[in-house]
Amino acid sequence: MGFLDTLLGRTKPVQPKLDDLFALPSAAITLDAGAGFKPTGSGSVCFRPVEGRSFSDVQKDVQELLDVSSGKEGGLPVEVTTDSYGFNWLVSSHMSDELEALVTDLHAVNSSLVDNGFGPQLLCTLVAFRDDQERRLGLIYLYKRGTFYPFAPLSGERRDNALELQVKGVIGSDLKFEQDLSRWFPVWGAPGL
Amino acid sequence: MAARTRYAPDRGLTVRMTATMFLLGLVFVAFVAAIIGIGAAYHASSAAIVLFAVVLGGGFAIGSLFYSDKIALRTAGGREVSPNDGPMAHDLHGTVDRLCALADMKKPRVAIANTDLPNAFATGRNADHAVLCVTTGLIRRLTPEELEGVIAHEMSHVAHKDVQVMTAASFLAIIAALLIRIAFYGELFGGGRGRGGNNQNTGIIMLALMAVSIVVYAVSFLLIRMLSRYRELAADRSGALLTGKPSALKSALIRVSTDMARIPTQDLRAAQPLNAFFFAPAMKLNAKASLSTIFSTHPSLERRLAELDKVQQQLGRTAG
Repeated sequence: MGFLDTLLGRTKPVQPKLDDLFALPSAAITLDAGAGFKPTGSGSVCFRPVEGRSFSDVQKDVQELLDVSSGKEGGLPVEVTTDSYGFNWLVSSHMSDELEALVTDLHAVNSSLVDNGFGPQLLCTLVAFRDDQERRLGLIYLYKRGTFYPFAPLSGERRDNALELQVKGVIGSDLKFEQDLSRWFPVWGAPGL
Repeated sequence: MAARTRYAPDRGLTVRMTATMFLLGLVFVAFVAAIIGIGAAYHASSAAIVLFAVVLGGGFAIGSLFYSDKIALRTAGGREVSPNDGPMAHDLHGTVDRLCALADMKKPRVAIANTDLPNAFATGRNADHAVLCVTTGLIRRLTPEELEGVIAHEMSHVAHKDVQVMTAASFLAIIAALLIRIAFYGELFGGGRGRGGNNQNTGIIMLALMAVSIVVYAVSFLLIRMLSRYRELAADRSGALLTGKPSALKSALIRVSTDMARIPTQDLRAAQPLNAFFFAPAMKLNAKASLSTIFSTHPSLERRLAELDKVQQQLGRTAG
C-alpha cells in the first residue's frame, strides 16, 4: 500500500495470483516419490461469498460449468458447502490419477470469479493427499500470496507439524512455498480433505 | 493485463479527507508563523519555550505511539490469547486467520478483554506490533458474521495505519496544549521574578503565545475529530469490501449502538481515553446530535449506515 493510500485510508482489494497452481501435478509426483502421499482426487476452492444477486449468479454459473464437465466423464458432481466461518467451499472430485483435470477444474472456478470482478474474494484452494497409513494431508494454495503450504490434521484439532515440515522438505523446491510459517493457518474440517 | 475490479475508491470521502488534512497542515503553518512572529518581536526566551514544548510534545507523541499496544491493552483489561485458550479464542483466531489470508495481511496479535462493554479496538505502532482486542461482551452479543464484520473494520484500521496517522495529526494539538499550560504558568510566576524592564514585555509575549495556542488547539481539535470520523468511515468501507457483507457490519453497528446507549455513563468514563480506537464510541449517544457530532470521534450511526449502503450497491452491481 502506497503512502497516498495510507494517508487517505484506502485499501485496494488484493487480486489473486492464479498461475502457480499449475505447478501442482508435477509436485505431486515428487511428493509420492519422496513421502508416499498420493492425491485422493478431490480438491476444493474456498472463497468468500458476497451478498447480492450478482455473486450468486456467478456461483451458479460456475457450478453448472463444472457439473457439465464432470458429467461427461462420469465423475461426481461438484458440491458446495458453507463452513462455520461463512466461507463457501466448492468441492470437485475426480479419480486419484486425474490431478491435471482437477487442477483445470479448480482453475475454471478461479478464472470465472476473477473475470466477474470477484477475484479478491478467493481465499485458498486445497488439494487432498493420503498415504498408505491413511494419514491425511492437504496442500493449500494461498491465492493472495501465490504460495503453497501443507496442512496435516490429526484428530481433535491438532496438526502433525512434523509431517508438514517433512512435506516442505520434499517439495519445497518444486512449488513456491510459503516461507512465513505464521501464515500456515489451519483449515479445520475443510471439505474434501 | 489488469484484472477487472468492481471496487472503486470513494471519491467524496477521499476529497473530504484530503481537505481536512490540508486544513490541519495550514493551521500548523500558521501556528509556526505566529510563533516566529511573536518570538522575533522581542527576545529568545520564547523560542526556547517553544522548542521545549516541541521536544516534550514530540516525546509524548512518540512514547504513546511506541507503547500504544501495551497502554491500550492494559487500560481495556485485554489479555493476549492463543488459539488453544478455549472455544472463544479458537473461533476468534480462526476468523482473524481467514481475514488475514483474504487481505494478504500479517496476522495481528489477538486479545480478549473480559468486560461486558461490547467493543473492539486495534492498535500498535505498525503492522508488526498490531494487536486486536475484542471484549467478551461483544462476542456474546454478536453473531459470528457480525463479529467478523467488526474484526474486518478493526483490521482495516491496521491496514490504513490509523494509529500513526492520528498520532501525527494530534502532534500539533499536543504542542499547542503544552504551550497554553507553559504560557499560563509563565504568566502566573514569571511576572514576580524582577528582571527589570523585561517583565512587562515577557508578560505580553506570554499572553500572545497563550492566545495563539488556544486558537490553534481549538481548531486542530475540531479538525482531528473530523479526520477521525472520516477514517472510521474509511475503515467501515474497507472492512465491508473485505468480507463482502456490508449488511453484517450494519447490523453489528445497530446492535452495539443501541446497547451502548443503555449502559450507565459512570462505567464508561473509565473507557473514554481509548475512544479514538474503539469500534463505536463508549459515550452516551446524544439524541439532539447536531452540536455533539462535530466533537465526536466517530460518525453518527445514520452516517455509517448510509455509507455502507453505498458499498452494498457497489458489490451487488451486475457485471459490466
